[in-house]
Formats: sequence, structure tokens, C-alpha cells
Amino acid sequence: MPPWADLQSTFAAALRDPQHPVPSGCIGPDGAPDAKRFAIYRNNVASSLIDCLAESYPATRRLLGEECFRETARWYTTQELPCSPILLEYGASFPDFIGELEPLAELPYLADVARIERAWLEAYHAAEATPIAPAVLARVPAHRAGELCLTLHPTVRIVRSRFAALSIWQLNVAAANLRPIPLEARGEDALLCRPAAEVYARAMPEGGAEFICALAAGEPLGLAAERAGGACINFDLTEHLTALLEGGLIIDARL
Amino acid sequence: MSAPFSHRDIPARAGVGLKAHHYRAILESRPDIGFFEVHAENYMGAGGPPHRYLTEIRSHYPLCLHGVGLSIGADAPLDPQHLRRLAELLCRYEPALFSEHLAWSSHGGHFFNDLLPVPYTKATLYRVCEHIDQVQQRLGRQMLLENPSTYLTFAANSYEEGEFLGEIARRSGCALLLDVNNVLVACTNQQWDPLRYLDRFPMAHVRQIHLAGHARDVDARGRTVLIDSHDRPIDVAVWELYSRAIAVLGPTPTLIEWDQNLPEWPALHAEAARAEAHLLAPPHRKACRHAALG
Repeated sequence: MPPWADLQSTFAAALRDPQHPVPSGCIGPDGAPDAKRFAIYRNNVASSLIDCLAESYPATRRLLGEECFRETARWYTTQELPCSPILLEYGASFPDFIGELEPLAELPYLADVARIERAWLEAYHAAEATPIAPAVLARVPAHRAGELCLTLHPTVRIVRSRFAALSIWQLNVAAANLRPIPLEARGEDALLCRPAAEVYARAMPEGGAEFICALAAGEPLGLAAERAGGACINFDLTEHLTALLEGGLIIDARL
Repeated sequence: MSAPFSHRDIPARAGVGLKAHHYRAILESRPDIGFFEVHAENYMGAGGPPHRYLTEIRSHYPLCLHGVGLSIGADAPLDPQHLRRLAELLCRYEPALFSEHLAWSSHGGHFFNDLLPVPYTKATLYRVCEHIDQVQQRLGRQMLLENPSTYLTFAANSYEEGEFLGEIARRSGCALLLDVNNVLVACTNQQWDPLRYLDRFPMAHVRQIHLAGHARDVDARGRTVLIDSHDRPIDVAVWELYSRAIAVLGPTPTLIEWDQNLPEWPALHAEAARAEAHLLAPPHRKACRHAALG
């Protein structure tokens, strides 16, 4: 037998390539190489990863239909194997992969729906954290409020879409009462977060995504509000900040 | 957390693989069941409902931790990050048992998400034992190693499977997990005799049993091939082998694994009850009594 390391390399290469011959020395009960038996391993690898994606992307799967979703996912698994045994990390690049697939161009919102599903999954598994009490901010002198750096809850995710991706996602996970959403419907910014046990998803008012993204990038409150004001002339800092505080989405505030 | 069950408290009863789909039903009905078992890798996220539910369930039941990603059978060194994550989980949930597979799943920076076969040679024996030594030292406890379900074998094998596992247990000091469904799957696929397999299995090292359902296929020559699918009730032939195994082992903690096409909780609980009936009234007791009377 070749050294185990070499045989394993051949085995791994054959798992990834259906044209690859059965690794020498891998035999069926009659002592002969058996391509169909080897294909069981190849199929186990692919189908378990496809199942993992199907579980992580239920709305994408519903929008594509079972057969088309599995074919798309199968293709993805041939390009992208997990790099860790923690499968809940697998499939992060699946939305981008979908977005670049020519045959799916007629569903231009699909990649954004998948991004929302990914954000949901990340919010679901992200670390727990304790929010600060709203009163903490009240103790900051008014003239220094703009210098405050706020730390957002680790489950906060923003998905920006030029389509009504959040509404489309909500309709397709609710599984009932489908109503048409016109393609020309305005874009939506979605906030996903899990301040306690459940993941919430809601549409952000104008300027909200700029505000949260600036805070997430570590910018102080004053600068974040300016960026939001640049995106929405009527941006109301107090209203947005109160929503974040009352939603339990700020876990630290420092001058 | 302070767990009410130490590692000594794993009962010789039936347990069930814990699935997210059943969290609520379990907490609402608090079924009378021996223990739960989880796949370690499903609880390696930083936070979230999986940890919240497992913490709650763990406060009521004994737990076993079953790894599916350590790749003990690989030639390459074990991933120290993964060992660290396992150590953290063991510390957090204090499971009664920790088990892994005689298989490999990672190679060249990729994880294949399947339990791939290992040749049974002197060289792989040494490598597997080195890896198990490392695991047991790092985790500070004995681990259990599970017999694999296989679809192929290696021309280079110089040990029978049971002999190989026994040698590993003897050299490394690990215990064994006897997966009875894997016995039937491997024996059917390799055309080994499952009764002979059980007769020659190093039973003295077995601390836990797994039972699961399998699918049926055929190979290119029309010979039956069993697939370790964990997606249906346990086959009657597996129940028979299980009876034989516990006739030798005596009552042993037994897990029902059901990972795909999940049934509702009552159906799964019923499978566990069926295993428990075997444990409580094992045929070997009757056999012994008859022998004594005879």
C-alpha cells in the first residue's frame, strides 16, 4: 500500500472529481475496485452539504424550486468545500455565488434574499451580550454626545437591497398568503438581530442602515448621524438611537 | 453551570440524539428518558438558541457528546483549534461520555462532512493511537471510539475490524462505542458475517451502543449495499443483533440516532422505549435461567 497520507490524498481527489478513477487499493467484497461503491462516498459528501445549504436557505430554496435549488447547491459544493468541521459556518459565500450565476439573472432579488437568510443564521448563532440600560446615555454631557462610540450587539446584521428582498423573504418563510410583490417595488434595508432568544428581522427607515453601518464601523455617534443625514434629509437621531437602545442592541458606550 | 449528573451517572438506559426540531417538545413534556446525545460540532457557535436549549435540557438529563469532525483516522495531525473547541464544550456541559469515529473527514484544508474509511494496517494503528493519546490528554478524559459504517475496504488491510478496534483500545486506553447499525451496514457491504463480527468484537471495552436506521441500495452487480442513513426506524435485523450484543454486554447505555427525515417526538421516544424494553428484559437472562434449570 502507498503511505496512508498518499492514499488519502488520492481518495480526497477522487471524492471531488466524478471522472477520477477509484483509488487503487479501495475494493469491494470480491477484492475488485468498485466505482459504484466509491460513488456512495462522493454522493454522501455532496448530498450532506446540499442538505446543509437547503436548511440554511429555505426561502431561496422555495423561490428556486427544489430541483433547481439542489442543482445550484450541487454546483456550489463542487467549487466550495467547507474549510472547518463547524458546518454552521458553511455557505457564507452562497449568496454571492447565486448573484453571479447567469441562469438566475431573471431573479435579480434572489441573492439579496439569500443574504438575508445568511444574516438570519449568523444572528441566530452569534454570541450573547448584555445591553446597556438607556439611562447610561442620559448621563453623558450633551455637548460630548457626538463623541460617543457605541458597540452594537454582536447579533446585529444589516442587509441592503435595491429590491423588496425583506418582504420577499418574509413571504417565503411564512409559507402562506402569497401576494405578488411588484419588481419595481422600492428597495429595502433589513435589520436582523437577536437581542434575546429569537431572531428579529425588520425594515429600516431611510438613513437607518447608514447610521448602523457607521456605528458598526466604529465611527462616533456624531459622524454616524451625519452620514445618515446625508442619506436622508429627515433623519431623526433621537428616534433611531432610542430604537436601538430600547431594542437592546447597544452593549457598550464610551467617550 | 452545575450539572446534576456527573460522568458516573450515565444510566444503562436508552437515550436519543437531540435535534433542534424536538427542543420544545422535550422541555414541555419532560419525557422519562435515560439521556440525550448531541453532535459536538452543532454546538460550536458562539451563542444562540442551541446553547440556550441545551443548557436547559442538560439541567434535567444526562448528556453524551458525540464528535463528527475530529478526523482521528487521518494521517495529518489533529486540528488543535478543534480540540480546544471540544475541551470548551466538555467543560461547559460536563457530558457523561465523549465519543468519536474510526474515520477521517478532513484533508488538505477541506472538510468533507462524511466519515471516510481507514485501512487497518500497523501504520494506521500507530497513527490512530497517537491521535487518541493526544485527544485523551488534551481533554483529560477517556474517549470512546465508534466502529465505522463502510462501503469499501482496503486491499492492504492486515487486521479484521474488531481486532483493529480492540488493539486500539488496548494500546490507547480508549473505550469503544458499538454502533450495531454500522455492524450490519459494514458486514452486509463487505460480505462479513455479522454474528461472527459480534463474537469477535472486543466487548470488554464497549461503554455505549448506537442504533439507527439504514437505507438499502444495490451495487453494480446487483448485490445489496446498505447506506448508513439515520433517516428511518431501526431495522429488524439490527434489533436482533442488538439483543445478541446486550446478551454479552449486559445493560449498556444505548442511543437512538435519527438525523434525517425526523419523526415527531413521540415516534422517536417510542424507538427509545423499544430499546429500553430490550435492556430491561434481555433475552440472555432467560437463556441463563434455562441453562441453570437444564
